[in-house]
Amino acid sequence: MSGIVSNQQPVTDATILKVEDLKKYFPVERGVFRRIVDYVRAVDGISFEIKKGEIFALVGESGCGKTTTAKLIVRLLEATGGKILFYGKDISSLRRTELARKIQIIFQDPFASLNPRLTIGTIIGEAVRHRLEAAGGKVNGREIVEKTRELLNKVGLPSNILNEYPHQFSGGQRQRIGIARALAMEPELIVADEPVSSLDISVQAQILNLLLDLRDSLGLSYVLIAHDLNVVRFLSDRIAVMYRGRIVETGSVEMVYEHTGHPYTKSLLEAIPTAEPQPTE
Amino acid sequence: MVMENVLEVKNLSVEFYKGGKVIPALRDVSITLKKNEVLGIVGESGCGKSTLALSILKLIPEREGKVVSGKILFKGEELLSLSDKKLLKVRGDKISIIFQDPFTSLNPVFRVGNQIAESLALHRKENLSTHQKEKEIIELLELVKMPKPKDTMLAYPHQLSGGMQQRVMIAIALSSNPEVLIADEPTTALDVTIQKEILGLLTELQKKLGLSVVLITHDFGIVAQTCQRVSVMYAGSIVEEASTSEIFYSPLHPYTRGLLDSLPSREEPVGFSQREKRRLKAISGQVPDPSSLPSGCKFHPRCPIVIEKCKPEEPGLREIVENHWVRCIRAGEVV
Repeated sequence: MSGIVSNQQPVTDATILKVEDLKKYFPVERGVFRRIVDYVRAVDGISFEIKKGEIFALVGESGCGKTTTAKLIVRLLEATGGKILFYGKDISSLRRTELARKIQIIFQDPFASLNPRLTIGTIIGEAVRHRLEAAGGKVNGREIVEKTRELLNKVGLPSNILNEYPHQFSGGQRQRIGIARALAMEPELIVADEPVSSLDISVQAQILNLLLDLRDSLGLSYVLIAHDLNVVRFLSDRIAVMYRGRIVETGSVEMVYEHTGHPYTKSLLEAIPTAEPQPTE
Repeated sequence: MVMENVLEVKNLSVEFYKGGKVIPALRDVSITLKKNEVLGIVGESGCGKSTLALSILKLIPEREGKVVSGKILFKGEELLSLSDKKLLKVRGDKISIIFQDPFTSLNPVFRVGNQIAESLALHRKENLSTHQKEKEIIELLELVKMPKPKDTMLAYPHQLSGGMQQRVMIAIALSSNPEVLIADEPTTALDVTIQKEILGLLTELQKKLGLSVVLITHDFGIVAQTCQRVSVMYAGSIVEEASTSEIFYSPLHPYTRGLLDSLPSREEPVGFSQREKRRLKAISGQVPDPSSLPSGCKFHPRCPIVIEKCKPEEPGLREIVENHWVRCIRAGEVV
């Protein structure tokens, strides 16, 4: 997107998010009395830190606990143990509306994450109204519409779609709408849970570029949840590889891809089919 | 060496009917599959690649759509005009198919062994005794490298992982000793490490059994690793067809070039100081709605090298270099 003035926000030293020994156990219930017989340790004691302006990726295969971690960070799930600190403040002590102004989430499936009965204007406008009300003062309708249009421009959509419905848009456009909704709260950190995995290759590239543009122009930080290691290598600054609820390796993109330490990471990297034809026999 | 054409699709057009609208899903599609070849069909969602797979086996529900024109030849024999009874001898028998999602393809209430037995009973002429059947089922499960085939035989689909379920699907597909295997996104639902195993298995079986394979995928990485030839589809037609290395190293259609450029993996590795400026070369716009395709070349609204002549008329496929076909009037120009 060319409309955005880039002021190249570099990664700073300030820690925006600190996760300490985070745990989430899901009970396994049996029988008529729903006796708890065991626990699934979806996230089993993970710790990491994200600097302001950084794109931090959590990667791993299905069931490794990466999406659970994403949900814990925005408190769609409550942790069993451990702490999540936003600028040093425990997020469990924040009110939900406060947290929503700091951390937002973008989901994988742009079809399921937008209410089909609401217009685009309402979907984004609702978030805009929350934000304006939180800032204090009376909010009028025109202000909301103006702000909504501005957000649509930011994510590369035309501003005359306020009265249209989600089904009128393609996957890529819907993902842009989801991003606009997240931006409406003016968060500092965005958790992006598989933001491009349901999109086609040509559209995927547009959204990846958009995420980078927004990072630069708004000074955002991202937690990227992804399974596609090519996307992760392109987009992120630092990576944590998860396996069975634990982080098995973490480091900068260069470190993890070029000097892989853990055998699991190695097997993951080796499994990606590279887009280079093999020499014919 | 002249290789035998096992499967030929000639100028196939398929339409779907939805809400009073005619949706052209395939427009003038031709592919040729040679014996022992792995042909890749690659494209984005809605480009018609799955419709192509289904039409080859006449699996498109009659109420929803139909083949408007074209031919499908299996070893020279026309499939579209065959009676249902005769078609059954080819479908599943000579041409098998595996789908993207193994869990929805398997019946959840029957044991895996029974589901393989069903296919054996349908496609084998001789009546097998229970003992023989069991032996064959175990052999098939061993063929697809299933650990503990005897236990798997008695398992229900939900007791198996996605990768194991796909192995069972492959076993069922191979139970009739087919000559052609159509694999429609066989690994899309699987994790990368499992994907690697399944693709390795398919390649190995293809060589061992002399199969000819049509591999449908959206993943260029998979194409590069497994296919000898590739057809790139866009908006219901083939826009480029060539050997895998030609497609990757000298693509001629602007769409193919755009797709390859937008892959994060093909991005030049940048130094740490440059990382702030990293961006992908994306194709602008989006895939057109199949019910309202643009005029002329279907890619022209998104094409970086579009000229006036692209808009009125859709170009045909032209052979620009030997065995390298492109649907673009500007292909071959020095751009």
